[in-house]
Amino acid sequence: MKNFSGNILFLDRSDINTDEIIPARYLNELTKEALKPFLLEDLKLNGFNPARDIKGKSAIITRNNFGCGSSREHAPWALEMNGINLAIAIDFARIYRQNMYNCGMLAVELPMETIDSLFAKYAGKSAVIETDLKKSAFTIRSEGDTDIIPFEISGYDRALIEAGGWVEYADSKY
Amino acid sequence: MGRTIAEKIFDSHRIDNPIPEIHVLRLDAVFCHEITTPIAINDLVARGKDRVFDPDKIKAVIDHVSPAKDSNTAEQGKTLRSWARRHGIRDFFDIGRNGVCHALFPEKGFVRPGFTIIMGDSHTCTHGAFGAFAAGVGTTDLEVGILKGVCAFRTPETIRVNISGTLPEGVYAKDVILAIIGKIGVNGATNRVIEFTGPVIDAMTMESRMTLCNMSIEAGATSGICLPDMTTVDYLWSFIGRDYSSREKALEDFKKFHSDPDAVYSGVIEFDGSAMEPMVTFGYKPDQVKSVREMEGTDIDQVYIGSCTNGRLEDLEIAAQVLEGRKINGNVRGILSPATQDIYLRALEKGIIKIFMDSGFCVSNPTCGACLGMSNGVLAEGEVCASTTNRNFNGRMGKGGMVHLMSPATAAASAISGKITNSPIFRVRG
Ligand code: SF4
Repeated sequence: MKNFSGNILFLDRSDINTDEIIPARYLNELTKEALKPFLLEDLKLNGFNPARDIKGKSAIITRNNFGCGSSREHAPWALEMNGINLAIAIDFARIYRQNMYNCGMLAVELPMETIDSLFAKYAGKSAVIETDLKKSAFTIRSEGDTDIIPFEISGYDRALIEAGGWVEYADSKY
Repeated sequence: MGRTIAEKIFDSHRIDNPIPEIHVLRLDAVFCHEITTPIAINDLVARGKDRVFDPDKIKAVIDHVSPAKDSNTAEQGKTLRSWARRHGIRDFFDIGRNGVCHALFPEKGFVRPGFTIIMGDSHTCTHGAFGAFAAGVGTTDLEVGILKGVCAFRTPETIRVNISGTLPEGVYAKDVILAIIGKIGVNGATNRVIEFTGPVIDAMTMESRMTLCNMSIEAGATSGICLPDMTTVDYLWSFIGRDYSSREKALEDFKKFHSDPDAVYSGVIEFDGSAMEPMVTFGYKPDQVKSVREMEGTDIDQVYIGSCTNGRLEDLEIAAQVLEGRKINGNVRGILSPATQDIYLRALEKGIIKIFMDSGFCVSNPTCGACLGMSNGVLAEGEVCASTTNRNFNGRMGKGGMVHLMSPATAAASAISGKITNSPIFRVRG
């Protein structure tokens, strides 16, 4: 199973699309590794600097409709290649969310109030998240502050992660 | 309790419910193109699972960058080509016979009412125009589709969008879908199906219905669906004529998928088609929509007519009506990419290509090209494109470029004036 813990990258915007996560001009790349330097290159977000802000991050917390637009699985791959296997949002675009689980990555929805409070408390600080999949809970920490946040994951999504993704799951079952 | 068309298609294709809200469906077709399929192929090979569930249900095309523009895209084409040969995939369309996937596959008769279809491409929702459940998926879902002929979906909640009245002259399916997205937002239909109904849809050609369904993903929808009717039967007749004794019999058969009168929708949204006018996007999200009137006078550098949204013969005909006998503005580059080889040929025969060329348009071959900023008309920093495509995302047609989405009529009129302009065909109802 992948690692779902580490430093958090806060992206304070809704509707971040897959062209922003990885622009189409890189879709001619033949390996996942080649996508690594271009993650979030076209993101429209004031003050965001991909070269400075992505390094060392392992999780993303953002607002609504993360991953809308194109079906490209290059978007979760570009995250994965940068060591980011966990995205937390109020909600996700359908294809993007499924792509995350199909790759054995974690996409978790939290209520708007929880996301609002996480932004208020931790954005702009160096915050760390720890994921306890067994207990279905995140622990988020920065200087002085700690929150334990329970989350829900369906038995099916859990089975996908545990099987190592949808290919193995489906090939053994159907 | 009544069922929607999507629910009926799910019921007739379900093979498993791993949990109640997840439905694993048997697929009638898996479509492939050279951008998202090669990585799936390579992964299947690496897993020792280089198999296909049924070569006759897999259709493949090289369309996104055709001809190849560099060594990487050449390699992508090569991977798809040799895979299609190795597995005996007969319906494989290479350059000279190809076209943008969502225009090509319907044209070949591969989409039928009641079908389940996936493709590694978000605009797969286009095929819902035929009364199919067609959804874009990522590479891993595509991989499993190729291998096993199945895909998992959530319970298809449906929003019904009903459009009453008749569209004014000069207002098209593109304007309708832009108005809808503008109202419900880029997240308005996420995880749901949009079912389009009403007299405006009934009066639409299959081409227009494809334009409409094509952009339902821009509101987040899994699929856009129109109910099959005589227009659907007529379009498909050359492919289904052998299976039915008459068109009426075919229609009767397709009607079994129609939503029941007491079907349950998660929402019903009403629009008055008679009050609609030409629409255009501003900004970087497809729901940032204004009327052309409000955006009139915005300077443009390039006009692009093509793509799976608006590169069909009907679109070319409408643009040609506006362009005939006129020259495009000297400050504007006009690019036409007919969506398929067949559309190109028919446009040639009808004299439409000549009208475009006489007006100063460059006519490119069928390809996705500039729509996703990969070739054939990529924008420079700060340039503005009036485009008949479906996405105005930041950087979509080239880093630092701005895209305004509009109908072919508006794009043609804008090419002539060099600014966003209402087409002369548009008539406000008195
Ligand atoms: S024309 Fe554009 S939107 Fe359509 S399939 Fe090609 S790249 Fe995608």
